[in-house]
Amino acid sequence: MTDLNTLGLAEARDLLRKGETTSVELTEACLGAIDAAEALNAFVHKTPEIALERAKAADARLADGDAPAMCGLPIGIKDLFCTEGVPSQAASRILEGFKPQYESTVSQNLRDAGAVMLGKLNMDEFAMGSSNETSTYGNAINPWRRGNDEAALTPGGSSGGSASAVAADLCLAATGTDTGGSIRQPAAFTGTVGIKPTYGRCSRWGIIAFASSLDQAGPMTKSVRDAAIMLEAMCSTDPKDSTSIDLPVPNFEAMLTGDIKGKKIGIPTEYRMEGMPEEIETLWSDGTAMLRDAGAEIVDISLPHTKYALPAYYVIAPAEASSNLARYDGVRYGHRAKLSQGDGITEMYEKTRAEGFGDEVQRRIMIGTYVLSAGFYDAYYNRARRVRTLIKRDFEQVFADGIDAILTPATPSAAFGLGEMADADPVQMYLNDIFTVTVNLAGLPGIAVPTGTDRQGLPLGLQLIGRPWEEGELLNTAYALESAAGFVAKPAKWW
Amino acid sequence: MLDLTYETPKPKVIAGAKHDWELVIGMEVHAQVSSKAKLFSAASTQFGAEPNSNVAFVDAAMPGMLPVINEFCVEQAVRTGLGLKAEINLVSAFDRKNYFYPDLPQGYQISQLYHPIVGEGEVLVDMGNGIARLVRIERIHLEQDAGKSIHDMDPNMSFVDLNRTGVALMEIVSRPDIRGPEEAAAYITKLRQILRYLGTCDGNMQNGNLRADVNVSICRPGQYEKYQETQDFSHLGTRCEIKNMNSMRFIQAAIEYEARRQIAIVEAGGSVDQETRLYDPDKNETRSMRSKEEAHDYRYFPDPDLLPLEIEQAWVDDIANTLPELPDQKKARFINDFGLADYDASVLTADLESAGYFEKVAQGGDGKLAANWVINELFGRLKKDGHDITTSPIAPERLAKIVALISKGDISGKIAKDVFDIAYTSDRDPEEIVETEGLKQVTDTGAIEAAVDEVIAANPAQVEKAKANPKLAGWFVGQVMKATGGKANPKAVNDLVSAKLGL
Repeated sequence: MTDLNTLGLAEARDLLRKGETTSVELTEACLGAIDAAEALNAFVHKTPEIALERAKAADARLADGDAPAMCGLPIGIKDLFCTEGVPSQAASRILEGFKPQYESTVSQNLRDAGAVMLGKLNMDEFAMGSSNETSTYGNAINPWRRGNDEAALTPGGSSGGSASAVAADLCLAATGTDTGGSIRQPAAFTGTVGIKPTYGRCSRWGIIAFASSLDQAGPMTKSVRDAAIMLEAMCSTDPKDSTSIDLPVPNFEAMLTGDIKGKKIGIPTEYRMEGMPEEIETLWSDGTAMLRDAGAEIVDISLPHTKYALPAYYVIAPAEASSNLARYDGVRYGHRAKLSQGDGITEMYEKTRAEGFGDEVQRRIMIGTYVLSAGFYDAYYNRARRVRTLIKRDFEQVFADGIDAILTPATPSAAFGLGEMADADPVQMYLNDIFTVTVNLAGLPGIAVPTGTDRQGLPLGLQLIGRPWEEGELLNTAYALESAAGFVAKPAKWW
Repeated sequence: MLDLTYETPKPKVIAGAKHDWELVIGMEVHAQVSSKAKLFSAASTQFGAEPNSNVAFVDAAMPGMLPVINEFCVEQAVRTGLGLKAEINLVSAFDRKNYFYPDLPQGYQISQLYHPIVGEGEVLVDMGNGIARLVRIERIHLEQDAGKSIHDMDPNMSFVDLNRTGVALMEIVSRPDIRGPEEAAAYITKLRQILRYLGTCDGNMQNGNLRADVNVSICRPGQYEKYQETQDFSHLGTRCEIKNMNSMRFIQAAIEYEARRQIAIVEAGGSVDQETRLYDPDKNETRSMRSKEEAHDYRYFPDPDLLPLEIEQAWVDDIANTLPELPDQKKARFINDFGLADYDASVLTADLESAGYFEKVAQGGDGKLAANWVINELFGRLKKDGHDITTSPIAPERLAKIVALISKGDISGKIAKDVFDIAYTSDRDPEEIVETEGLKQVTDTGAIEAAVDEVIAANPAQVEKAKANPKLAGWFVGQVMKATGGKANPKAVNDLVSAKLGL
């Protein structure tokens, strides 16, 4: 039998139900893999006691024949989710020592579905970053390497720990969050599947906020089927989140027929960027061909405001972040700077926030503060909001024209080396989000599916964008693409 | 609805060293919404609880916590808007007002800058004697209150109490239509009265549940009229905002001081700086808190955690249908239906409890008489004993009986006071008191006639004098009343004495 930790959710579930393994066995296999993978720095708070306790409870439920959807399946939780009694600090020093007294709705939903939490996963600080390098815990590392090159690569960000852990089989699946691509980009960098559902599908309650109008949780898994299973468990209508949608959650897995005959797939002209690497071009056209071969109709479409998406995103997201992060002031929880004699409240704020926030977070707070300030508000924030409306309208138009899903690259490149961007202009890093931010601005569901590798053997992913609230259809199209691509590569274990 | 006709009051004029000056005043009143729970959390709003005991996770701005609107607070704001004859905005939105302070855990206050729930309305400010000022309301918006910082408990530390954090406030913004300190106080009084009638704010100024920021400017006579014609503020002086006033007396004193301060500056050739000031009641002066340059940049933007607040006209209509009779209507009705004087009607409608009490007493028959008894006897007695109308030892139904007994002629006004005193102190029924104590007025002419005959027979000398000087008949009446223990019907006695003396 293969190592249990390498299983996906669906396989493990089926074995559990057949009684061929137990949740405790699965959990122990994962805990072992985690302990052996310190080098990846994916798990930043391990919770083996909680895991085993929940695994035992899951086994009892399985034995009783009372097993909910994810009963007994061990998963990792991104550090951005508040988990009761377990450190939850958004990979930031400012939340040092913070253990919430509450459980986020999404992680509670997973708990209720019987999932077993193995621990908390690394990420960029406050989900701000595309390489995991802004984490206060130090970056997670991608299990993939460029051929025989030992250079450490980024797992992407901000859900880099989740991506790394899933790709390295430290857990069966993990939660992620996606504000501008933070699920889809790391998924693409690690050969895993990541879906960001429609804004409002997953409750944001208990997820530490980055940019409230863009943040959305989603699963990071080893297959599209697993994504369907886990997404269903994560979604709910939550009266505690005013932006949560009151819609029934479909059985996503049951919608995976692989039949996409007659579906219209849009290929947006504007995503064909100047200087796009040939490998990405090829990946995209290969993916297009796969969908065509599966019976879909390929249509060239235009999303004319795409080029304004990244600047608009980097106004709106920091603006909201600058306000959302004001609460980290050293008064009630988390880090508080040591004060000198005579220091007052202003010094407490300044020192605490200077020590507690990393450079990238500080940069975004400053950008956000600037774009909201008197005299600049209209020029930046309001204009960005108008752009956002136009981008949303672009999508509405193509969907109204009958397009079912849109195929784009997930990222402009394969995973890059850690430290490679250290001296670059921050905008270079922001360009990682070029294909993904539009989806957040428009509130749409988007999924990254691994469909190939680059010349050096690194995984590459494509993104499918769906109609709002039609995650089921989107997952089915992704399933067809996954089946056609037959991506089965795994990173060679070096850690 | 009843229309009150009124005359507009003259603006307050202050004589400067060189000119006369008028005052222009606008107010932002912060009224705590009467609601058991906070605006965005289920935590209690109870006053006086242990520090930090009424705090939900979202009030303390714990990571990942989200606000959810309390529908009842919205209903209260709508009710208030309707009570101020204001337009209700079916779509409104919440914005964040960003600033750092320890009693503001989120680092922002959720408010409604761009799209308030209530638009333009009005308050008719009654100044008595048929004089009233119509003050226009610009808007009412919902917002969160802040917590309380306590700086005097420890030499090195400050403490924060978050009980009030997130409690719903209505900010009621007036136009600069108030023209003097007395009008300002009358405006607050009237607003408070309306809010209390509506049940949307308890109006408790001492607890800070109703407080005002007062904007004061001065102008030369005639300028205000130009502003009124054009709505162009350049006709008015530069305003200063006096923050956080929660006493009627201090509001008046602060306005008076501030106006004189501004007049002195302008007359000395200077100009008034637009700034925020604080009133110091100990020194009776206002002091600069921060200038326009130091003003916070609040970086308002729409709160992404909250969807636009959409309400339905049908719901607004339902609320409108449950609106109570408001002070102006009630006062007009009291004047019309009970024949009350303007002043008496004002006193009795000052609060719902008094008005309700009075109406029950007026069921005794005579509204005017009932008003007299409530205002003069009852209020006087309650005040003396430290009671208010809600703790009155005598129930309105019993006072109504006393009024009825007087009206029917069963007891005289004088006896009625004794009955009132017994009923007030001993929880006894007035009819029973009159019965048991034998206080019923003697209207039996036979008995009165006998008493009159007796007095006349016993005082022949007086009879002669009275025949010469009819004014002396009163002496006989007094003697008869004395003889009957005050129970004789005074009119009957009067008539009989006159007849017997042949006057």
